[in-house]
Amino acid sequence: MKKIKKYKRFERFWHWGQAALILFLAVTGFEVHDSIHIFGFEKAVMFHRYAAYALLLLIGLAIFWHFTTDEWRNYIPTLKNIRAQLRYYTVGMFRNEPHPTLHGRWQKLNPLQIFTYLAFKILIVPIVVLSGLLYMFHKTINANDVVIISDIDLSVIAAWHTFGAFILVAFIILHVYMTTTGDRPTSNIRAMVTGYEELETKSDESEDETPSEPKAEVIATEGGEL
Amino acid sequence: MSISDHKQKLYLLLILVVTALVIAIIQMNYRQPEPNLALEELRIRYAKVPKPPVDHSKFPELDRMFTTPQEVTEACISCHNERHNEVMESNHWNWERISYIEGRGIHALGKRNALNNYCISVAGNEVACAKCHTGFGLNSVEDFNFMDPTNVDCLSCHDNSEEYIKGSGSAGFPAEGVDLTAVAKSVGRPIISNCGTCHFYGGGGNNVKHGDLEEALYSADRELDVHMAVTGLNMSCVDCHTAENHQIKGKMYSVSSENVNRLFCEDCHTNTPHLSEMLNIHGARVSCQTCHIPTYAKENPTKLTWKWSDAGMLENGDPYEVDDSTGQHTYLSIKGSFEWGSDLVPEYVWFNGKAQHYLLGDKVDTTAGPVQVNKLLGSHEDPNSKIVPVKVHRGDQIFDTEYLTLIQPKLYGEAVGDSAYWQDFDWSTAAEAGMREVGLPYSGKHTFIETEMYWPINHMVAPATGALQCQDCHTRNDGRLQNLTGFYIPGRDRNHFLDSFGNWLILLTVFGVMIHGSLRIVTHIRSEKDLEMTHYKDFDDEEDQKI
Repeated sequence: MKKIKKYKRFERFWHWGQAALILFLAVTGFEVHDSIHIFGFEKAVMFHRYAAYALLLLIGLAIFWHFTTDEWRNYIPTLKNIRAQLRYYTVGMFRNEPHPTLHGRWQKLNPLQIFTYLAFKILIVPIVVLSGLLYMFHKTINANDVVIISDIDLSVIAAWHTFGAFILVAFIILHVYMTTTGDRPTSNIRAMVTGYEELETKSDESEDETPSEPKAEVIATEGGEL
Repeated sequence: MSISDHKQKLYLLLILVVTALVIAIIQMNYRQPEPNLALEELRIRYAKVPKPPVDHSKFPELDRMFTTPQEVTEACISCHNERHNEVMESNHWNWERISYIEGRGIHALGKRNALNNYCISVAGNEVACAKCHTGFGLNSVEDFNFMDPTNVDCLSCHDNSEEYIKGSGSAGFPAEGVDLTAVAKSVGRPIISNCGTCHFYGGGGNNVKHGDLEEALYSADRELDVHMAVTGLNMSCVDCHTAENHQIKGKMYSVSSENVNRLFCEDCHTNTPHLSEMLNIHGARVSCQTCHIPTYAKENPTKLTWKWSDAGMLENGDPYEVDDSTGQHTYLSIKGSFEWGSDLVPEYVWFNGKAQHYLLGDKVDTTAGPVQVNKLLGSHEDPNSKIVPVKVHRGDQIFDTEYLTLIQPKLYGEAVGDSAYWQDFDWSTAAEAGMREVGLPYSGKHTFIETEMYWPINHMVAPATGALQCQDCHTRNDGRLQNLTGFYIPGRDRNHFLDSFGNWLILLTVFGVMIHGSLRIVTHIRSEKDLEMTHYKDFDDEEDQKI
């Protein structure tokens, strides 16, 4: 077994920060929707807005990070191995077959993950963020104390925002479940916490996949950075 | 030791330094939240009680014996030599104003031709109505000389002695025994009782009509009315209802159609009165009154229904009355039956400042539900409309089944046989006499029809701590605005198709995950068992073979 550093420090911060914010936004958002009652409507609205601004900041940082580190390449969609991946989740997994796609430094995601996360990034998040911004700035008061009201019906904005929220909740459920499909049920979560993933002993292959990476990135010991 | 050995410590130090810096910057830039200065300015302005520049008790013109109230008016006019003209242009004097009414054009509108849901209308009943309404010798609108300035009743609004009382059924003349000299010497800026004497007792008793205007305002505490509280700002009616040339600001929509010369909370408080931006934004479509007057008729009950159809029951040929435990009439032979309520939650409507009125002679659409005596106009689609609280007064009135008009009955009369309903208890003769008075036909056939009248709630403003909270409207069930539909309120409204889609999506995801997960667990256990069994089997087979 070899340990490789799969997730960088910022990546893990971004992932867990985003996870916490989305969960908090879901709780407060569904309270505004009058589905649950925890903080009370007024506080729920306030917290939802603060968390929304924090998430916008985080998304901004993440976009910057993706382009400055070339990480966006992880999300280039491919049909290669997609059938094998589908077969693995529906059949192979139950027969103790190995993962059909190997993860390495530059191939973090399997083809199904690429499509899922790409959709998350360019469809789901924009739907929720844009409808959320429209929701927030639906009515405003200008410098002359005159109230300006948007022409877009609030029910349409709210419907898109709620739609995005439902998709996100379903995504999180599925996403959390899928973390248990690693080598061991906890190995994926462990990787997202520590940054390191144990690869099955095919070190040659994994290094073949990451020819540009310096060997120092592959550390075989328990220690290392947080 | 190289730097990389200390990398972790360096990171920790960096984080600590940055955190300390951020906290220091926040701490240095922290400012106490500013008080609401606009509100402070208003408090200071209204804490000063205006002192009149003259003392009328020192004027020799008033230090004489007055035998008629007209003499007092003449004395007033001798100094204030144009004020009577201003009063004579006002609707307090004329009982009507020229308005542009949507769907009708330019029209005279007022108590002369608009009905209300209480004593119906003034025509034929002026002698009684004039107890409040301006002018001396008001026996009938037809005969009254609206051009005679000596009939202007200055004292009814400017008496500050609280001793000036108009007589009952005396056509607007003061009651017997009023010391006109003392009253004339007391005059000044109108005080609460000048307005309250009439506006608190409309409809025949305290708080009967408005529900938010009543004698409790003479000695209000802050909870009852934050503006008029004697322990607080102690404001009087004219502090808000200011007048220019005797044209008083703010008007009742029982007799007003136009969106002009209105009085708004915003006039003093601006339209961004809150420190919270979120609350200010609400002002775009929600009136101040909606949140700040959570209940009305806080102290004394108001009349909610009036069934004229029940009137006329007699005991041994005599009219009688039934009172409830609080002493309010629930039945009067002359008027019918009533329902009262106190500490009431208002109903809410969209209102753009304009109204339509049922005017004498209008045909009634009998299929359109209760007759709208004064329909408040506005809708959520109209950007000039806001949600306002109203008292809705419901009742029934006498109605001509042939001409499809509401009937103006003659109610007040001096003696039996005068065809007045309150003397004779005969609807037919009262209807005929009343309709003759207003010059409209009566077919001789009548019944009773349901009516509704709207009274916007503007007074008895609660302190900010008593205002409505977000969840009073932003809630799925039983919110304050439950009956106002067609527009989206977060927390109240939802797209039901989308919600069930979302619930099914989540349910199916959980279900799918559970199926997939349990299959994995089952196959995992089975494969481990298989391995174990295979091992033994293999072993046994080998043994067998060896044996």
